Amino acid sequence: MTEKLVVIGAGMATGRMLEKLVDAKADYDITLINAEPRGNYNRIMLSPVLSGEKTYDEIITHDDDWYQVHGIATRFGCFVENIDRATQTVTTSTGEVLAYDRLVIGTGSKPFIIPLPGHDLDGVIAYRDLEDTQRMMGLGSDHKCVVIGGGLLGLEAAAGMAARGVDVTVVHIMGHLMERQLDEAAGYLLRKALVDKGITVKCSANSKEILGTDGKVQALLLDDGTKLPCDLLVMAVGIRPNVDLATDTGLAVGRGIHVDDQMVTSDSKILAVGECVEHDGAIFGLVAPLYDQAHVAAQTLMGQPATFVQKDLSTKLKVTGCDLFSAGDFAEGEGREDIVFRDPARGVYRRLVIKNDAIIGAVMYGDTADGNWFFGLIRDRTDISEMRETLIFGPAYQWGTPLDPLAAVAALPRDAEICGCNGICKGEIEDAIAAGATDLGALRATTKASGSCGTCTGLVEQLLAVSLGDEFVVPAAASVCGCTDMTHEDVRRMIKGQKLTSMAAVWQECGWKTSCGCHICRPALNFYLLADWPLEYQDDPQSRFINERKHANIQKDGTFSVVPRIWGGITTPDELRAIADAADKYSVPTVKVTGGQRIDLLGVRGEDLPDIWADLNAAGMVSGHAYSKGLRTVKTCVGTDHCRFGTQDSTGLGIKLEKELWGSWTPHKLKLGVSGCPRNCAEATCKDIGVICVDSGFQISIGGAAGMDVRETELLLQVPDEAEAIEVIKAITQLYRENAKYLDRIYKWMNKVGLEWIETRIAEERDALVARFELSQSIYRRDPWADHASKKANDYRPLANLALEAAE
Amino acid sequence: MSHWIDIANLADIPQRGARVVKTADGCVAIFRTAEDEVFALNNACPHKAGPLAEGIVHGKAVTCPLHNWVISLETGEAQGADQGRVSTYPARVVDGRILLDLSFLRARVPA
Ligand code: SRM
Ligand SMILES: Cc1cc2nc3c(=O)[nH]c(=O)nc-3n(C[C@H](O)[C@H](O)[C@H](O)COP(=O)(O)OP(=O)(O)OC[C@H]3O[C@@H](n4cnc5c(N)ncnc54)[C@H](O)[C@@H]3O)c2cc1C
Ligand code: SF4
Ligand code: FES
Repeated sequence: MTEKLVVIGAGMATGRMLEKLVDAKADYDITLINAEPRGNYNRIMLSPVLSGEKTYDEIITHDDDWYQVHGIATRFGCFVENIDRATQTVTTSTGEVLAYDRLVIGTGSKPFIIPLPGHDLDGVIAYRDLEDTQRMMGLGSDHKCVVIGGGLLGLEAAAGMAARGVDVTVVHIMGHLMERQLDEAAGYLLRKALVDKGITVKCSANSKEILGTDGKVQALLLDDGTKLPCDLLVMAVGIRPNVDLATDTGLAVGRGIHVDDQMVTSDSKILAVGECVEHDGAIFGLVAPLYDQAHVAAQTLMGQPATFVQKDLSTKLKVTGCDLFSAGDFAEGEGREDIVFRDPARGVYRRLVIKNDAIIGAVMYGDTADGNWFFGLIRDRTDISEMRETLIFGPAYQWGTPLDPLAAVAALPRDAEICGCNGICKGEIEDAIAAGATDLGALRATTKASGSCGTCTGLVEQLLAVSLGDEFVVPAAASVCGCTDMTHEDVRRMIKGQKLTSMAAVWQECGWKTSCGCHICRPALNFYLLADWPLEYQDDPQSRFINERKHANIQKDGTFSVVPRIWGGITTPDELRAIADAADKYSVPTVKVTGGQRIDLLGVRGEDLPDIWADLNAAGMVSGHAYSKGLRTVKTCVGTDHCRFGTQDSTGLGIKLEKELWGSWTPHKLKLGVSGCPRNCAEATCKDIGVICVDSGFQISIGGAAGMDVRETELLLQVPDEAEAIEVIKAITQLYRENAKYLDRIYKWMNKVGLEWIETRIAEERDALVARFELSQSIYRRDPWADHASKKANDYRPLANLALEAAE
Repeated sequence: MSHWIDIANLADIPQRGARVVKTADGCVAIFRTAEDEVFALNNACPHKAGPLAEGIVHGKAVTCPLHNWVISLETGEAQGADQGRVSTYPARVVDGRILLDLSFLRARVPA
């Protein structure tokens, strides 16, 4: 007698299985039950439906006719409520009881809804089925939508709605988009493309609460206080296998319904396929493996041998204009090596992960035409040792073509500004070259290009090379490090000119040769980014040398030193007592008066740092930044308060300067001195910035040094009053920070650009420089010790203590 | 025989960062790369015992904070011209938790 087969769920997996059974004319009486009021359709094509590139009718895989012709009984818009394994029946929501000989569970998965306050408001939806899609399609161009989740689904939802003119914001908790499929560089390019489509993207953003009125969604509140108004909120943060039926009926269930290699569950009469299953510890979220499961399940039902084998997977994003490809594995594992290729001009990024002479993972953005070729190499574990050198260029380039580094410059329009200082455009330089200025010196003489701050020198040389061809040999300038051929100046120009606001952006647009830089370039980039984009860029502690990461100087034995700020060298008995108490409490071996008029506690254990800071904070003291490439000390002398020669309040000015400048990051350390008269007891004329008070005002001089080089400062200008002295010093600090190469003290920078150039800039742009300085200080003028002691104390402690266990 | 023990959440270590685990014979540094791989190394540079956990992590290497030797996280070998090697220990991540092999740690030679 023909056996009864009941199938629960008309999804992508069961649809494929039914086709196989029908094609093989399997001898079953089939009943298909689906909770959605429709039969099988191509769920993954909902995104093109959303964006308007397809209609629903075009994505139906099996219509009513098909079920009828093949004698499949259907129950749509009705769900199975329970399975009774003893009587081999299922009961549906309409009360119908259906008997089975074999049962297939294909219930897919449920979207995960973060249980934020307000998640049950009207207008909070997931992205899973046609109903969700229609809700989104119902939004007009005067509406706002927030999508939580920057993975595949969230981004397809966002792009689809944006294509309909909806104002979309994507909120993603991780630092870059699609972090499970993409690395930072590709994530950066993807973000850029989405932003170009008008989508607002917020990464590292934590949702706190969904706000609503009258039971309807109104806005999403982030934990930094940002409120994002919306008419619809789509949560696309992940899926969970839909295992309720299986659990209730007592089948073996882990994260998904356990199945063996034949797709049979712990009950031999029952099979399961699709996203609801767990096979060999894995669960599934893409259709390719589900189709394999469907094939195996059909064979099993027909009594044919077949085995499900898990394979590597690849992902693409179905968003027009966002060409990305990701395959294989980037997480965990040892013995891996990267090959990276970037073509900034075309926005192309490729990265291969190699292990034991085989590719195990590939990420590509921009030009993904070779994706499948690489995917083949991954799947087949092809030995790539022979083609390693040229592998990254893809199948067509197995002989390798060298890239043209000058292409980007050649492509610039004639009115592109090359030399910002002097406002010289590409066209003027080309004309000057044509008129006979065929080297840098001649160009500087005729056009002034690169004659001032010099940061565009590299670009001007490239223009010479483009115009003169082989006749001009670009002099080799020292690159930042082995990760790039660019100089510091080139990189700074790119960061400013192309508005690069993240490390990943710099790596991509400047063609970094490594995946994530090294200990030489990362601290420099971190500084450049926060100096140029204080609001947009978030400081990256992992790219800082340990002293700046832990806000203390590391000692040769791994302990640290702690130097509290002693403003202008003035302290109080209470502060001294608190320092003494701290020294006792934390058994500080050495207490030393420094050459910078303050007190150094040397030999503090790393894990005690947050505690000793908290104690010093409690006594009103803050970090002295004795570890930073930033403001160190402002040395002062006693001035008019006590000294019989003092002309101005040098101590007071020193303290004011220190309070204005502290916390600021600079290319190298920044030390100031203020002396009350030309006797100069504060040694102001060997500091980076020195002030000598005189009867008629304040002489401000810069570029002193007393370390490996000893130099006297040079006078920049004299101002009549204290307030103006502070303004000028802020402007100098900002000019230095915006223009100098990382690790150049002021005197080195001054050697390159000239005192005259600095003078002019200060004279012409003082207010703007001060405004930018203040903007940056609005973020950085705060005590890192207090921040770390209250929020990050745990990071200073060991992860675990196994000392006892190991001794057992 | 291996004996995996649960140490902490992967998230307790920042990407491109490290934290230490104390043992009777000094600290073991646990590194997390940008790709979320974890590596466990003796926390003492082969040069002059610098605390590697305080270094800058890049790719699958760490730069020692004291004198900038670059140490491979995979092999413990000093890279480039420098010569030396630090002990490495099995470490892995399962379901977002960091696991270390206790039997391996017990066998470690005091640094
Ligand atoms: C503590 C102190 C010595 C002292 O016992 O007095 C000191 C200690 C260190 N100095 Fe200094 N310098 C100290 C005043 C100076 C001075 C004098 C001054 O500031 O008036 C100078 C010369 C002035 C100058 O900077 O031009 C000075 C020139 C240097 C240099 C050479 C800089 C240069 O550009 O040539 C370095 C190396 C560097 O920064 O690259 C350096 C680096 C160091 C480091 C940070 C070495 C290191 O990288 O580990 C020392 C850290 C000790 C620690 O763990 O705390 N230290 N150092 C002084 C702290 C002052 C403060 O209160 O913050
Ligand atoms: C918008 C979108 C885009 C996607 N894009 C891609 C892509 O580009 N590439 C890719 O590989 N994958 C993509 N996916 C994932 C892919 O669609 C799923 O992996 C696939 O649909 C899962 O198939 P399934 O058969 O397991 O479950 P489903 O297709 O979800 O089908 C399960 C069905 O079972 C029904 N059901 C559940 N419980 C019961 C019950 N008790 N009684 C009756 N019926 C029930 C459900 O209503 C549902 O119709 C995308 C998913 C979505 C939502
Ligand atoms: S002079 Fe040299 S040894 Fe002395 S504190 Fe400065 S850096 Fe260290
Ligand atoms: S101790 Fe590590 S480099 Fe010197």
